[in-house]
Amino acid sequence: MGNLLNISSSPHVRDKSSTQSIMWCVILALLPATLFGIYNFGVNAIILIIACMATCMLTEFIWQKAMKLPITYTDGSAALTGLLLALNLSSTFPVWMAVIGSVFAILVVKQLFGGLGQNFMNPALGARCFLMVSFAGKMTSFTYDGITGPTPLAIIKNGDKAMSVADILAAGDGQTQVSTSVLDMFIGNIGGTIGETSAIAILIGGAALIALKIISWKIPVCYIGTFAVFALIFGGRGFDITYLAAEICGGGIMLGAFFMATDYVTSPITPRGQIVFGVLLGVLTGIFRIFGASAEGVSYAIIICNLLVPLIEKVTIPVPFGKEGIKDGK
Amino acid sequence: MNTCTERLKNGIITENPTFVMMLGMCPTLAVTSSAMNGLGMGLTTTAVLVLSNAFISLLRKVIPDKVRIPAFIVVVASFVTIIQLLLQAFLPALNSALGVYIPLIVVNCIILGRAEAYASKNSVVPSIFDGLGMGLGFTVGLTLIGICREVLGSGAVFGFQFIPEDFHITFFVLAPGAFLVLACLTAVQNKLKLPSATNVPGGDSSMACGGNCAQCTGASCVANKGIIEAERVAQKAAKAQAAKEAAAKAKAAKEAQQAKKGE
Repeated sequence: MGNLLNISSSPHVRDKSSTQSIMWCVILALLPATLFGIYNFGVNAIILIIACMATCMLTEFIWQKAMKLPITYTDGSAALTGLLLALNLSSTFPVWMAVIGSVFAILVVKQLFGGLGQNFMNPALGARCFLMVSFAGKMTSFTYDGITGPTPLAIIKNGDKAMSVADILAAGDGQTQVSTSVLDMFIGNIGGTIGETSAIAILIGGAALIALKIISWKIPVCYIGTFAVFALIFGGRGFDITYLAAEICGGGIMLGAFFMATDYVTSPITPRGQIVFGVLLGVLTGIFRIFGASAEGVSYAIIICNLLVPLIEKVTIPVPFGKEGIKDGK
Repeated sequence: MNTCTERLKNGIITENPTFVMMLGMCPTLAVTSSAMNGLGMGLTTTAVLVLSNAFISLLRKVIPDKVRIPAFIVVVASFVTIIQLLLQAFLPALNSALGVYIPLIVVNCIILGRAEAYASKNSVVPSIFDGLGMGLGFTVGLTLIGICREVLGSGAVFGFQFIPEDFHITFFVLAPGAFLVLACLTAVQNKLKLPSATNVPGGDSSMACGGNCAQCTGASCVANKGIIEAERVAQKAAKAQAAKEAAAKAKAAKEAQQAKKGE
């Protein structure tokens, strides 16, 4: 009899999706980028990815066991955090530092604030910034094909404003003489963190997520669009399509826009809020990249916007269906 | 001397300024990048606190109520100046490490708070011990935070390095590390202290507010305090009553014995 009376509060949504299925879908969508990173950077990348994912899940398990909470480490959210963190690290990053970062992500950013659904910023990005502050040298040293050199973005940032971007990329940074092109940046034959190099691999995963309706198009499109407009206006290179393409394909903006800014917990739930969130992200990333000291700015832009999410949601609550708006101040 | 030891315990444990009352957060977060700085700051504040409490307690009947805050500030500022000159003369290294935070002791809310809440209402000796207890509590708090940050951030305790440079986590020496360590130590403190409204899981139903701080609007705390106070008074009264009865019984028994003897 008890089973017949199933009482729950509204909204009565019938849907098969669960935390588990969504998380594993996102992990699957990250597979192209992950595989490309492994192809690009070899065994180091595999070790880092496994270390981060295992540490995240283990940390979550130990904490939930110790605090006598429901054990949910297999729901995929900890594994996703670990994978995203690993994809945000340089392939030469020491494993023990990555382990500390993973513990920080799960313990401090996620569990201390109440676990899944309560974290105030993206755990993987929180940990990335923690590692960035703690081990800046190791975090920004990128090796590609055995050569340690600056990323294409850094080359462009330090490049001569009078030269065209295609020429700057072809010339390399002048010391290691690694010549690249925008096509290389699109495919991913460049130095960078494990998961961010290949724009095409991330686009495949992102498109799959949008097609499966796991993420909405609003945040990534608004984010990248606003950033492109910002770079065109303030980039100081006029209307240079090569520059624009290099800025969008290079660095973490693709990975950030599709996989980290769209994190359910730390992005707005309202449709208008998602647009505001994406625009803010684009502007902040533009400010950090163009006026900041570093060539990168995606992770700081996203965690700052994560903190603004409650405010954004507060001002963008949609009017319920059937309810009239306030007319002429009456 | 009972009040004096009670004051010491109150300052160090029960009402620890750093972990319980959350006072003096500016120096707590700013100067605790190493254990030595924390200890130095704590002891400097203790010295000022003891001296200012003693003086304000001495002057408490002279200072008019309307201008007491400016008067307290003048007293505190004088002692801070004296201490700063002494530090400059005898401990220049500590002085340069603490920098602007020494003159800022003048506006440290612990000192003004103790002057207002205790020293201006109590006699000299308990006030001195109150200042000493609060100062030591502050010192303990700052030193603990300093030790944690120094071990994690620069692999050393009181400057004695035992972790090689490659394993230092710079995060903890910087400002966010201070917030993190303070929060974690406060959480540990909350876990270890006696049950109270803030740390009873699921709420303590014997309290007026139910012990649920998440839904507290503030008003129920007052009611809670009232109930606890009333209980305490009732207990005291009951004890006194019991003592009286016991005394009366003893007296009666004695009288009865005497009466028996008399017979």
